[in-house]
Order: sequence, then C-alpha cells, then structure tokens
Amino acid sequence: MIKAKKLIHKYTRYDADGNVTEQKMALTGVDLNIKPGDFVAILGHNGSGKSTLAKHLNVLLYPDGGELVVDGKDVYEEKNLWDIRQSAGMVFQNPDNQIVAAVIEEDVAFGPENLGVPSAKIEERVTSSLKSVEMLSYRTHSPNKLSGGQKQRVAIAGVMAMEPKCIILDEPTAMLDPVGRKEVLHAIHELNRKKGVTIILITHYMEEVVDADYVYVMHQGAVVMQGLPREIFSRVEELESYRMTLPQITKLAYELKQSGVDLPDGILTKEELVEALKQCR
Amino acid sequence: MIRDITLGQYYPAGSILHKLDPRVKLLGTMIFLIAVFSYRGIPGLVCITVCLAALIKLSKVPFSYMVKGLRAIVVLLALTCVFNLFLTPGEVVFSFWKVTITKEGINLSFRMVLRLIYLILGTSLMTLTTTPNQLTDGLEQGLKPLNRIHIPVHELAMMMSIALRFIPILIEETDKIMKAQTARGANFDEGGLIQKAKSMVPLLVPLFISAFRRANDLALAMEARCYHGGEGRTKLHPLRYQTRDYVAYVLMLVFLAGVVALRFFSS
Amino acid sequence: MSIELKHIHYVYSAGTAYEKHALDDINLTINDGEFIGIVGHTGSGKSTLIQHMNGLIKASGGELLYDGENIYAKDFSMKELRNRVGLVFQYPEHQLFEATVFEDVCFGPKNQGLSDEEVKARASAALQSVGLSEKYYEQSPFELSGGQKRRVAIAGVLAMEPKMLILDEPTAGLDPKGRDEILDQIQKLHRERGLTIILVSHSMEDVANYVERLIVMDKGSVKYDGTPREVFAHARELEQIGLAAPQVTYLLAQLAEEGFAVDSTAITVEEAKQSILAALHGQNRSEGTTI
Repeated sequence: MIKAKKLIHKYTRYDADGNVTEQKMALTGVDLNIKPGDFVAILGHNGSGKSTLAKHLNVLLYPDGGELVVDGKDVYEEKNLWDIRQSAGMVFQNPDNQIVAAVIEEDVAFGPENLGVPSAKIEERVTSSLKSVEMLSYRTHSPNKLSGGQKQRVAIAGVMAMEPKCIILDEPTAMLDPVGRKEVLHAIHELNRKKGVTIILITHYMEEVVDADYVYVMHQGAVVMQGLPREIFSRVEELESYRMTLPQITKLAYELKQSGVDLPDGILTKEELVEALKQCR
Repeated sequence: MIRDITLGQYYPAGSILHKLDPRVKLLGTMIFLIAVFSYRGIPGLVCITVCLAALIKLSKVPFSYMVKGLRAIVVLLALTCVFNLFLTPGEVVFSFWKVTITKEGINLSFRMVLRLIYLILGTSLMTLTTTPNQLTDGLEQGLKPLNRIHIPVHELAMMMSIALRFIPILIEETDKIMKAQTARGANFDEGGLIQKAKSMVPLLVPLFISAFRRANDLALAMEARCYHGGEGRTKLHPLRYQTRDYVAYVLMLVFLAGVVALRFFSS
Repeated sequence: MSIELKHIHYVYSAGTAYEKHALDDINLTINDGEFIGIVGHTGSGKSTLIQHMNGLIKASGGELLYDGENIYAKDFSMKELRNRVGLVFQYPEHQLFEATVFEDVCFGPKNQGLSDEEVKARASAALQSVGLSEKYYEQSPFELSGGQKRRVAIAGVLAMEPKMLILDEPTAGLDPKGRDEILDQIQKLHRERGLTIILVSHSMEDVANYVERLIVMDKGSVKYDGTPREVFAHARELEQIGLAAPQVTYLLAQLAEEGFAVDSTAITVEEAKQSILAALHGQNRSEGTTI
C-alpha cells in the first residue's frame, strides 16, 4: 500500500530577502512498508517528525529526497496527485478545523463533490459512510453541537465518502476526552475489520497501539524501532529514551520483572498479566 | 448579546416559503425591496403591506419572533424619525422655540421609518426561511452568469459558507480568551477610549493567531479532500426548480407590475 | 485561605429553549494547602464550577465564601479574589500575545498595579518555577514548542502570586513525557510553596498519582468527594457516568478474584507492585487486603 525508501524532508526558513536562514531536517531517511489491510501505528513524541511524515503520505508535502509510492503511484509524478489524495485519505488532530460545512451531510459530501461524483451517488456514499461511523442519525445536524468524538467521527466519514483504500489519522484523539477517544478508536478498528481499509494511526498514546498489526516508533525524524506491539513494548528502556511512557499494565509487569518476578516480556493486557502471575504462584 | 440578533438566523418551520428554491427567494427579496423603495401613494403601500402580511403568515414564523429582529435597529429608526421630522422644510404644522414640524416632515418620516421596518422584515423573512447553506448555494447558482465577467462566484460562495461555519466557533473563542485574560487581571470595560483600545490587544492578538491557525488547518484539510476550486465539482443537493418555484416567479412579476402600475396611477 | 461553596446553582440561558442546569446545589469547602483533583465526563459541569471559584461566572443561586466573605456582596473586590485565585484555562498557550516570553508573563503582575521592579522580579520567579531557562526570556512565545508555550502560560498566572492555582486540563494535547513534566512541576509548586492546587483532569491515572483529594462531578452535581482510594473503590459506579478507575485497580480486583492476597484498593503502579510482591511472598501486608 505504502512504500517509502530513505524519505527525506527539510524545513527551510528564509529571511526577507529570500536567503536561507535555517534548515532543519524533519525526516532523515525514513523507510516504510505498509501492506494493504493492515492497521499500522506510528508512535512518537511531539516534534519527532511523525506529522511531517503523515503529510507526505497524502502529498500535502513533497519529499526532498528518497522514494515514496502510495497505492502503486509515485508521489513525484504530478498527474498522480489527486489519485493519491483520493486513495489515501487524511484525518487531522483538531476536529473543528477540518469540518468545512455547517451541516454534517454536506460536510461528508465535500470530498465526493470535489471528485465530481454524480449527485445520486454522493447521496449513497454519505449515507453509507455516516453509517460506518455510527453517525447517521446526526445527518442534518450542525457540527457545532457535537462532542469532540462525534466531530472526529464525522471527519472520518468525510474521508470514507471518498472511498479511500487507506486512511491516515494524525493524532486524531489528542484533543478528545477518554470517551471520545474510545469512540474514535472503535470506529477506526471497525473500518479496518469490516471494510478492509488500511489504517495508519499516528499517536503518542501507547495504549492506542496495543491492537495494531505493526508499530513504528519515530524519534528525531527517523524510524528508530519497528515491530509487533509485543516486541516494541518489551523494549522498555529504549522506549523511555524516546520520550514514550508505557501503559500502566505493561509498566507494572516490567517493574515486577525488575523486582525478580519471573514474567514474560511485553505483556499488553491485564488478562495476560493475571495469567502470567498465576504461573508464578 | 450577539446571539440575540434574529436577522440572519434560520427558523425551521417547514412552510411553503421554506421549501422554495433559494434563488427564487433571493430574487423575490430584491423585487420586494425595489417595491418598498419605489412605491408612491397609499394604494401602493396597501399592496405591499398586504403582500408582506400574507408572506409572513405563509412562512409560519411567529410574528413576535420576527419583531425581535427589529430591536437591533431601534436607535436607527428613532434617528431617522427625528431627522426627517424636524429637518424637512415645508408647510408648518407645529412650531415651538427653534423646533418646527412640517406636514412634509411628518409624511417623510412616516414613510422612511416604514421603509426601514419593511426592509428588515423582508430580508429577515428570507433568512428565517432559508438555511445559510441554501443561501450560499442560491447565490452561487444565481450569480453563475457573473463568472463570464471573471467574478469568482464559486470562491465567494465558498468563503461565505466557511465564514458561516466558523463565526460561532470564533465567538465562543472570543468569550474564552476574554475570560482567560480577565483571570490574568485584564479589564475590558474601564478606562477612556485609548485605554479601551489598548486593552483589546490581549484579546485581538490571540484571536487573530487562532483564526490564522484555523485557516491554515482548514486549508490543509480541504486540500487533503481533493478540493481544487469550483471546476468539475458536483453537488450533493443540486438546485432544481419545481413547479412552485415557477409559480412564485410569476407571482413576483405580477406583484412588481402591480406596484409600478400603482405608482403611475397615483401620480 | 479557604473557599466555601454553599448551595451553588448555575443555569445557562435561563428562560430560553436552551435552558440548562449546569450546576445543581454544589456544597464544597476547599481548604488551604490542599491538592484536589476534579474529574467528570465532558459536560458534567467541572469547567463551570472552577470558573465560579474566581468569580468569572456568577452563580444563579447560592453563596460563595472566600475566607468567610461573600464574594457576591456589593463591596467585595473581585480583583482581589482574582489576585488570590489563579485560573489556568485549557490550552492556555492560546492566550499568549506579547512579543517576548518575559513581557507576556509580566502582563498579570502589571495589571495588579505593581512597580516595574516588582513586576520583573515576579515574572523571573514565575518563569523559574515552571522550569523555563533564561535563554527563552527574550524569544517570541510563538516560536517555542507546545510544552514550553504551556509553561509560559502557566507562569503568566503564577506571576500574580496566587494562593490557589486552578488548572483546567493542563496536560491536554501534550505527549506523555511533556504531561509528566508539567504535572511534576505542579506538584513541586504544591510541596515547596504550599500552593493550594485544583487540577481538572480526564486522566484517572494522573489524579491517582498526584492528588490528595478527588471530587467527581456528574450532571452538575458532586457525585463523590474523598481520597482517590475511596473514590476509586466505586469503579462500577464511575463507569456508569463515563469514567473509570485506573487500570491497575482493575488488575488487582481481578487478581483478588483469582485468590491472590492483594490490596485491591491500590491505585498507582507503585502501590500495585508492592502489593503484588507482598502477595507473592506470602505475606499479608496492608489493612486493605481482601480475602
């Protein structure tokens, strides 16, 4: 679905005369290989380059070096731009700032309208995508009265209506309360399971990546760790050096192990920990 | 405060007026305004009043709700009334000290105030029965011919609808910033004009920064959803004229012809 | 210094179709030197509640006593109250407006009518206490990172030298490390300066780690008020109002069911670890032990 090789991005600052005053490497050679239908998480602290990476996958930014192919299309070829944006949809952090229209159904229709989909077809897509995030009953409401989680689900529906193969979510839960966070995670897991949409979840909450198929950890513009959640979660000291903190259960299991309790590595859920502790008795 | 203004607010009632095509309503409002400002003589006034009353009745919007919108312009009404009443030369009816009231003055101030009231009622009748989105759609469709003289109609309509979406958010934000700065000891009420202007800086700077950040975010989000201007766009609910819309157009023409005819009749 | 809320009611848009009872008969006493957490589902009234505490919102009914004085009395100085009770809103960095970090922090003390020297002294002290290094003082606040901006904003309130600091979700949107750093900083202010702290939070884990007293809001009223341990003992009821106990509390409950002699009222990772270690070594430790 997405293949990146040695992807590089530089942010450049210019002074009033157009001379370069500062250059910062935001991505320093990132390799990605994301398979269709996967649920992939990209972890990293604020400023680790994960948002910059996300913007490349939707061609909101162009790379300064390296290769990037999304859904078989090379991002360097200009003619691919709209195809890539259609097949790799993007959901952003602030739910308010990505809803365009003052009525929910019109907002969901915005994408297909831009693609020139015939009116009757748009109607169908709006219905089915609102249904897929369980927001159909709010169809004619104004977005202003919705909760953060609901707004974010509307934003996801807006992307779904473009019938993408892949959705990139850039910290979709950072501004939400725990209930909203749960709603959004539930919605994207459902889309992944039932519609086979490839999900790329960018987040700094480790709790959210426990169920992912594959995890990348970013630090200073590079991928510094990758693997299954269990593998990643067992490398505790390394994670903490990248400003990540473990979910409570994993942290507890790690601390117990440090104190001499014989537990396996990378415990993710409380059920696993209970089972493991039973073995120790 | 700002939320109390009914002008520009939608009142859901599902009447025939609500169902009319927004283009019809836009043109209708224009014709009504032309009529209000061009009628002459009592018969014309009666004709307009009857039509307005009938439309208000048809709209199912409570009259008291509409009148609320007038409150915002009470001062303007009073001023218009006073100026016309005292400053129109002509046949003196009443004179005291330096104040004189003329027959023409009474006549003119009555007409001006009535025109203003009708103007507000007429336009709020449109906004109360049309959602902001229909309104922008109507404008976009109705003004399409202007594209030919290089007026970016779609872009203007898009800007309008985005403004409508973000105005409530920015009002809320203003309220929040004001509170936060008040908690830091800011005072927005006291002091002279200069002091007051100065005290707005801690409010306006964050507000502008926030507006620009939102604009930036929204632009990215729109691009990510393949927005590339009006070319080749389709619509979820394209505007299509129904029979009732054609009937409304005919009625509007009859009305305009009537008012014009009455104008010549009475002169 | 204490704040006492007596039968506080607050009604939004009274008399219109949007009328809503945001607060319903709130009775609370906030004592000097406490570290209090307030949790509640969005819309439970917690933001409205804290805005009452420094007079930004006036109650529709009831009394609010500050050191025994009714703040709604005619001769009460709201300005004085706001000098004593600092309120840090959500995303406080969105209120920064000055050209430099230092000037922005000076805004509060300047409004208090202090002398130039005093203003500067307070601003430096406040910036130091949030752990921002001097090299940032003359920078534009808009060029800092998210976590640094937030520190500047908190310093802006601290510079007014309040006795009580109320923070509405001070960690929202920060990454986990940034979150821990801010919370540690707040705890330090409480310990070293004796500031009374009220922390509004969505994270049960955070309040379990830091606060001494926990107030749970639901539908505009106080549902629970006690130590975090006491409150989290009601895990099931908390779930019904859209909240939860910390993860480890659930784990310990499950272990207790499986026959482990653990203290199922533990609420932090450290407590849980001690309890499990003790249970594994067969020593029945604390008084809270079930079984």
